[in-house]
Amino acid sequence: MALKTEHMVLNMGPQHPSTHGVLRLELELEGELIKKVVPHIGYLHRCFEKHAEAMQYNQIIPYTDRMDYLASMYNNFGYVIAVEKLLGIEVPERVQYIRVIMGELQRIASHLVALGTYGLDIGAFTPFLYLFRDREKILTLFEMTCGARLLYNYMWVGGLSHDIHPDFQRMTKEFVNYFKPTIVELDNLLSYNKIFIERTANIGILPIDTAINYGVTGPMLRGSGIKFDLRKDDPYSIYDRFDFDIPVGKGIYGTVGDCWDRYYVRVREMEQSLRIIEQAIDNIPEGDVQSAIPKRIKPPKGTVYTRVENPRGELGYFIISDGNTNPFRVKVRAPSFVNLEVMGELCKGHLVADVIAILGSVDIVLGEVDR
Amino acid sequence: MYQYFYNLLGNEIAATLITAAVPLVNVLLVALIGVYLERKVSAHMQDRLGPMRTGWHGVFQTVADFIKMLQKEDAVSTEIDKKLYNIAPVLVFTGTFAAYAAIPFSSQLIGSEAEVGIFYVVAISSLVVAGILMAGWSSNNKYSLLGAMRSAAQIVSYEIPTAIVILSMVMLTGTLSLDKFSQMQTAYFWNWNIFGGAELGLVKFLLIPFMVVGFIIVFISTLAEVNRTPFDIPEAESELVAGYFTEYCGMKWAMFMLSEYGNMFAVSAIVTILFFGGYQSPVGYVGDLVGADWMIPLEQGFWFLAKGWFFIFVQMWLRWTLPRLRVDQLMSLCWKYLIPYAFVNLIIIGFISLI
Repeated sequence: MALKTEHMVLNMGPQHPSTHGVLRLELELEGELIKKVVPHIGYLHRCFEKHAEAMQYNQIIPYTDRMDYLASMYNNFGYVIAVEKLLGIEVPERVQYIRVIMGELQRIASHLVALGTYGLDIGAFTPFLYLFRDREKILTLFEMTCGARLLYNYMWVGGLSHDIHPDFQRMTKEFVNYFKPTIVELDNLLSYNKIFIERTANIGILPIDTAINYGVTGPMLRGSGIKFDLRKDDPYSIYDRFDFDIPVGKGIYGTVGDCWDRYYVRVREMEQSLRIIEQAIDNIPEGDVQSAIPKRIKPPKGTVYTRVENPRGELGYFIISDGNTNPFRVKVRAPSFVNLEVMGELCKGHLVADVIAILGSVDIVLGEVDR
Repeated sequence: MYQYFYNLLGNEIAATLITAAVPLVNVLLVALIGVYLERKVSAHMQDRLGPMRTGWHGVFQTVADFIKMLQKEDAVSTEIDKKLYNIAPVLVFTGTFAAYAAIPFSSQLIGSEAEVGIFYVVAISSLVVAGILMAGWSSNNKYSLLGAMRSAAQIVSYEIPTAIVILSMVMLTGTLSLDKFSQMQTAYFWNWNIFGGAELGLVKFLLIPFMVVGFIIVFISTLAEVNRTPFDIPEAESELVAGYFTEYCGMKWAMFMLSEYGNMFAVSAIVTILFFGGYQSPVGYVGDLVGADWMIPLEQGFWFLAKGWFFIFVQMWLRWTLPRLRVDQLMSLCWKYLIPYAFVNLIIIGFISLI
């Protein structure tokens, strides 16, 4: 006689140590085996897009900080580029260079959090603190420049809120020299750890076609082996002047597109960001960072879509202007939101422990998913 | 020890109570120091300082925490199975505490000189599994249940390689008494079982590699039995919140904690007794040199604690370095590697001891 059995439904989150914020995953389990995963989002919804319609263009910038709060600089970056394109203004060279340096520092800081918390998800506590120690140095650089450590409101339409500190270039170079060996330390401690590889290789494999169908971008897409990076493929600002590589997943320990590949792509991307910073830091031209800031932002009627390579993927801003001082509509294409959708595909047939490993490798920021 | 107190006090009940209190004090002290040490070791491995404010370098932090635990409200959910929920922490703690009764801290400080000491310790510490299952089931929480199921599976599986290695040691020494185990490995480290035991000869040198293998197997499996990283799957924080004791708070939670640290020392003690000479000094006794016999048990106590704490330090070291295995990898490590190796080791040691 067959026993009547049921699947167990487990609500992982919104209060759970490793859902990276307030995400709820509805897991259907058979023992520890996953049958179905449904992500429930919206716990952090703050009506960013609706708010934006009621505010002037420059007032929106602080709100963009709060979307992906681990990569605030880059959120500013994408937004100001969009408005500048709408206005048709050229920003000074100095501003461009500083923006790129800040953006890349932010990318490293963001990846440090991603990698650290990923180690934490897998159960390694120590790398997390080591990486936060290094992130602290980047935050010090930011604090020195604009006074804030998390939400910067640093990039303004046409310029920057503050010029860089006289010590900034020296300290950034010191950081770059300090940080290069730390990546090796991270590799030794975590990346090539046998247990870590066992936990992440061949887990949550994202095939190329699925990745493209779901519109996945950023390190996740590159982890699946596609060399797609907006800094190279659709260069914005002055990224076309720098020489850097795009690391892609090669499936060294497992299959291309597994969790380890996504993790490793982030590690190698930090190296490339360092390369960009090294090339840019000595070439910052002299000038005034606020000379091109318009007195009153009132763009002509029209629409604009710009996209930038946020640490998590393609961050797009679609702005409709009706000729007023505030936008008619601001739509954000948030990389975390799009990347999260693929969770259901990735988790099929894995164990509960793997859900955490997969979620960590997707690297979502709920502030951006819910906006 | 009972005889000593009986002679001293001349009262059976008082002597029994004191004899029973000694292991309890041991457990509590070990847990208090263990928690403090864990904080400090983890902090220094992670570029932090750890507790610094309560007393010199925060030495009273655990005491303060303990007092806080005592004062906490005992908040319980209404949907729990009350009886099991309340018994579980006591049962878990009992398993740990009872194991201490048979551990010889020195040739004089032994709760009970049981002839079947090692057998008793292995058996009584299995009680912990029942407590964990009760805690997981009665909490009416899915995370707790998953944690408890994992824990039960893990502890039961890993007892097998431990038992096989212990069996090979028993076969070699011909005793089950933990005290005799320690006595046979006389002072000086080359007489320890890991170096082939106290009897000089061909057998001693043949045994060394298999003793090392046995030690490694026992160390790995005891790590799993006390749920330490990389085998802390039952309480995997990032997956199961806190595992089987998610729903507990206050003193009941503290009992799980005490039991965890108590267990850590208990398994370190077993490893020490089996392979590293128990309470025997690695370099001889000062008491022998100066002719003061009363000093020897004290020295033995010191060496035993030193060895025990060294293995606890290794456990912490591993915990703050390694990631966590997945539940199926944990099982395959046990059943596919440790148990076969332990069996082969058992057979080879059997053959060698026949020589």
